[in-house]
Amino acid sequence: MKIPVTTIRLPTRPAREYKSRFDREQSLLKMLAIPITSVAIASMITALPIFTEEPMLPPLGLLMFLSWRLIRPGLLPVWSGVPFGLMDDVFSGQPFGSAGLLWSLAMLSIEIIDARAIWRDHIQDWLIAAVLIAGVLLGGLWIAGMAHAAPAPAILIPQIILSILLYPLAVRICARLDSWRLAT
Amino acid sequence: MAPPKHRRPGFSRKAQYGLFVTYVVAIAGTMVAALLLAISVADPAGFSALRAAGAEITAPVARMFSNVRRSAQNMNATAAAYINAGSQNAALQKQAKANRKKLIEAQALRVENARLRGLLKFSEDGESQVAVGRLISSTSSSTRRVATLSIGRNFGVERAQPVRGPSGLIGRVIETGPTTARILLVTDAENLVPVMRVSDGLPAFSAGLGNGTVLIKPLNLGESPFKVGDVIVTSGNGGLYPPNIPFARVIKKTSDGALAIPYADPGNTPYVVVIRPYQGEARAAQQAVAPDGETKEVAE
Repeated sequence: MKIPVTTIRLPTRPAREYKSRFDREQSLLKMLAIPITSVAIASMITALPIFTEEPMLPPLGLLMFLSWRLIRPGLLPVWSGVPFGLMDDVFSGQPFGSAGLLWSLAMLSIEIIDARAIWRDHIQDWLIAAVLIAGVLLGGLWIAGMAHAAPAPAILIPQIILSILLYPLAVRICARLDSWRLAT
Repeated sequence: MAPPKHRRPGFSRKAQYGLFVTYVVAIAGTMVAALLLAISVADPAGFSALRAAGAEITAPVARMFSNVRRSAQNMNATAAAYINAGSQNAALQKQAKANRKKLIEAQALRVENARLRGLLKFSEDGESQVAVGRLISSTSSSTRRVATLSIGRNFGVERAQPVRGPSGLIGRVIETGPTTARILLVTDAENLVPVMRVSDGLPAFSAGLGNGTVLIKPLNLGESPFKVGDVIVTSGNGGLYPPNIPFARVIKKTSDGALAIPYADPGNTPYVVVIRPYQGEARAAQQAVAPDGETKEVAE
């Protein structure tokens, strides 16, 4: 019997269709590049034309960085706070080195917490992230105050609250990216 | 998720040393960051090349989004103008009639002013424009109030040039890159602007509070002479900002000054003008003796 041409389903991705589904390997490039790029892009969000009267935009780079660290322990090395932080400093407007120092200290404190509280749930991670976000923002203000005249710390309260509330969203984004990262 | 068990890597010497090295690198990196921070605190302009490079990389995207944002705003304004056309026309005609008289008076005053200046042989440079650009981003997550301008050295923008928008003073240029420049906004706590009250020329200083308002402090001591609604303009003292640029409106009187809101909102300013420093030569001579940021006593 002759099959009409229209009923033959052509595979959209032939290479994928006929490849073996067993023993596939994850792409090393994707595994490494996705966490790095996502934190970098989140740090660069401040370059978009967003104008606020007071510091209001959450430190998105820090949120992504903490989420990756807390949902995937062992993925980012202990020293990774320094390079990620220095990159954030280029875009944030803070004195250069401020995030490099603060993010690295945050990373080391998570390392210490990891040794004490091994099995944690999401709420505990959120609590840790909340403390670290508040610490990094206040530390950033203190450092900016050393280099220049700086406003009173009360100005940071809305930003701190907003950042803490946005942490679960950052975790979700990281989790989605993570499943894409590890997909074969 | 529990951390992987890398803390006790077993009997492998290689793994043990590897783990140890990561901690050494982490501590050393933290110290290097602290050192970089100390350098940038001591010399705030030190890493400006890096920041300029960062701004250059992100500028194309920022410019595109800025265009999108501006056309959306224009669309709103155009639609609103159609809806309000009738009532607005009537109101504007009434306003124009009222303004005509003031305009004639102002013209007469200008002629008289020029004549008096001629009598005094008093000359001064007018406000001269360097370039026109757009604000394409701001440090909206940091406590510093710094904005990025869409033009840089390619249009002759230099450090310490005042920047104003159509409605008032925006700030001054602090760093320049090839096609971008960074502007310290008047709302930054670092930015001190010599100002005066427009009604009687009462001299004062303005310092940013970092939250969109500025603190106006009069030079003379005593109770705050300001009233809510007072209009503040730049005074031209210090030779950087030209005089009579609209600056801010007082919204609250405090014990030793007043809180004011700047007229120019960086988020709502379509174009900004970079202008030459007022009395630039005098200022250059003064800067040679005592540059910005370091007070130096002149031994005489």
